[in-house]
Amino acid sequence: MAVNYIYPEQEIVRNYDRCIACRACERQCANEAHEYLPEQKKMTSDDAKCVSCHRCVSICPTRALKIVRTDHDFRKNGSWDKKNIYEVYKQAETGGVLLSSMGNPLDFPIYWDKILLNASQVTNPSIDPLREPMETRVFLGAKSQDVTRGADGKIIPKTTPQLELSLPVMFSAMSYGSISYNAHESLARAATELGIYYNTGEGGLHEDFYVYGANTIVQVASGRFGVHREYLDAAAGVEIKMGQGAKPGIGGHLPGKKVGADVSRTRMIPMGTDAISPAPHHDIYSIEDLRQLVFSLKEATAYKKPVIVKIAAVHNVAAIASGIARSGADIVSIDGFRGGTGAAPTRIRDNVGIPVEMALAAVDKRLRDEGIRDRVSVVAAGSIRNAADVVKAVALGADAVYIGTAALLALGCHLCRTCNVGKCNWGIATQQPDLVKRLNPDVGYRRLVNLMTAWKHEIEEMMGGMGINSIESLKGNRLMLRGVGLNEKELSILGIGHAGE
Amino acid sequence: MAVTLNAKALGYQPLNDAVRAATGDIEITECFGERFIAASATADKKLLIHGVPGNALGCYMDGASVVVDGNAQDAVGDTMNDGEIIIHGRAGDALGYAMRGGSIYVKGDSGYRTGIHMKQYLDKRPVIVVGGCTGSFLGEYMAGGLLIVLSLGSGDEADVGRFTGTGMHGGRMFIRSKNPPRDVPEQVVYRRAEADDIASIAPQLSRFSELFGADKELLLTSVYWLLEPNSTNPYTQMYTNN
Repeated sequence: MAVNYIYPEQEIVRNYDRCIACRACERQCANEAHEYLPEQKKMTSDDAKCVSCHRCVSICPTRALKIVRTDHDFRKNGSWDKKNIYEVYKQAETGGVLLSSMGNPLDFPIYWDKILLNASQVTNPSIDPLREPMETRVFLGAKSQDVTRGADGKIIPKTTPQLELSLPVMFSAMSYGSISYNAHESLARAATELGIYYNTGEGGLHEDFYVYGANTIVQVASGRFGVHREYLDAAAGVEIKMGQGAKPGIGGHLPGKKVGADVSRTRMIPMGTDAISPAPHHDIYSIEDLRQLVFSLKEATAYKKPVIVKIAAVHNVAAIASGIARSGADIVSIDGFRGGTGAAPTRIRDNVGIPVEMALAAVDKRLRDEGIRDRVSVVAAGSIRNAADVVKAVALGADAVYIGTAALLALGCHLCRTCNVGKCNWGIATQQPDLVKRLNPDVGYRRLVNLMTAWKHEIEEMMGGMGINSIESLKGNRLMLRGVGLNEKELSILGIGHAGE
Repeated sequence: MAVTLNAKALGYQPLNDAVRAATGDIEITECFGERFIAASATADKKLLIHGVPGNALGCYMDGASVVVDGNAQDAVGDTMNDGEIIIHGRAGDALGYAMRGGSIYVKGDSGYRTGIHMKQYLDKRPVIVVGGCTGSFLGEYMAGGLLIVLSLGSGDEADVGRFTGTGMHGGRMFIRSKNPPRDVPEQVVYRRAEADDIASIAPQLSRFSELFGADKELLLTSVYWLLEPNSTNPYTQMYTNN
């Protein structure tokens, strides 16, 4: 037998005083980590199969289970930690490219946590959102540059199509294929009830969800999966995917084994064939080429829908965003390096891109400096975790944010980061029917609505504290931000003062 | 109701607005590079274009028919779903990008990346027939459909550039040529087309002859190379879950 170099990352701890051997954990674990021993009439577990998704822990009726991080470790070594050693073992064993899920988990600085908000004291009194009106509604799209009047002196409206959001948060692109039917239904229904938008990702739109079209953003990526006239017509907006924060410069590859009947129909490819979406659009080599795709989509939708261009936050993001603003796009979406994914090569996810806080600040400044900030709305994505992150993003210059991971957490995700395996015990990142049905869309959509309702209240509280009653007055209002523990360079890129200044 | 639109006088957006509003026979005169003509147009439109339509002619087109009496530019039939585009001249790069249905017939040559990302699904099976030669990366990432290159007017040897079928993982490609294609990746197999293979594309060859007056007998009796993905050697990268 070959020697196994890898010791499991987590250990399943079972309290046998509490375990009644009901076998619920065994039935619930798609990874088959639990097993009943009939002769001994007791349960046993295999730590190596556990992905730490906590499904068994959550459903155990006697609270007999917990999952702990193993304390088994190598000799302390500042240079070679366990992660790096194990990755070498895995590659030496298989010869494969390491594949991971969800956002970059490494210990990079999180600038949201080094930025503090202002509040009113004595002068410019704060506002109590419980008894005074607060405006959290935003409109995404190009804003009119000037006013034109007719001969009668009346303003001739020339507003281009806008997306109206009840609060500055949308659900970010997650394709049908990477997440389940029930997850999509939960997102679509929640977006509709909340008056915001969800995003199909690049896997097409399931025919059952056309009814939610008024709150749907459809995506067009290099592979053009599921893109056709009715798909474009169904949506409120169209997003061109140029890049993704979790894997800048890398395309998508849905393996044939995940392309079952339903995914096949939605992507419009035969069952079992690989869905390859290469990183580049093969007709785009310049901003002028991008402009062509933007306008081809506008022509195809008779100029009735705003076009979003989504890019990953990379080194020259400000210059790229400036080009996008000039391409005719209505909205630019910037996805930071912590953004999630259903699957990405580990090396790319963990080493490519820049933090969205820096990217957002740089883009907003660049667009202002060039006098074209009003030509586009800016959406920040990739690591927005709570209402305070939203407020800070808006104050740094975002018109709105996209949330992906937070929305999945609301649906029950426990961030075990094994979406790529397709055995999500919570029914989210899987196409296995028995697992998908564990996510009840009636419950899922309600949890998403709850989360957003709570965030809206918190956003209003924070705005009120600053004496601001409209989100528009917060946008790009960096005077409301102060850094703590940041150096001069970081402060200057973020365009904020240090606490005490 | 038949309408005639002067592209030069209108400019591309008003021209396309007028095309959107019209049904039936639509004749466009003095076309000099106006883009996106017939974008997402449906079966109630029949367009005849005099001149050279600009990029992305018939993008997302969904059933209309388009005839161009001259050359066309890049990205003809981008993500086209249904209908027919007939070009009595040459076409530019990325002809039929991610085309999902319908057919495109080009009398002359086409540019780079012809048929890139072509797909198919159930009865949706797009067809591209190029009468002349093509640029490199013919059928790149091809995932379905039928792509035929006739190389007429260039002797018996097709010039389709280099890297034919790179990334191809579905569909069928026929190249009329004495010599086999070059630089075909190991994930694509090619062989001389047999009689029943050629019989399978007879309807498309007949249509081409009928449209452009080509010698149908010659087309049916020529040597073709048939390229298909090699399922034993798929484009998969070995991954290790981490």
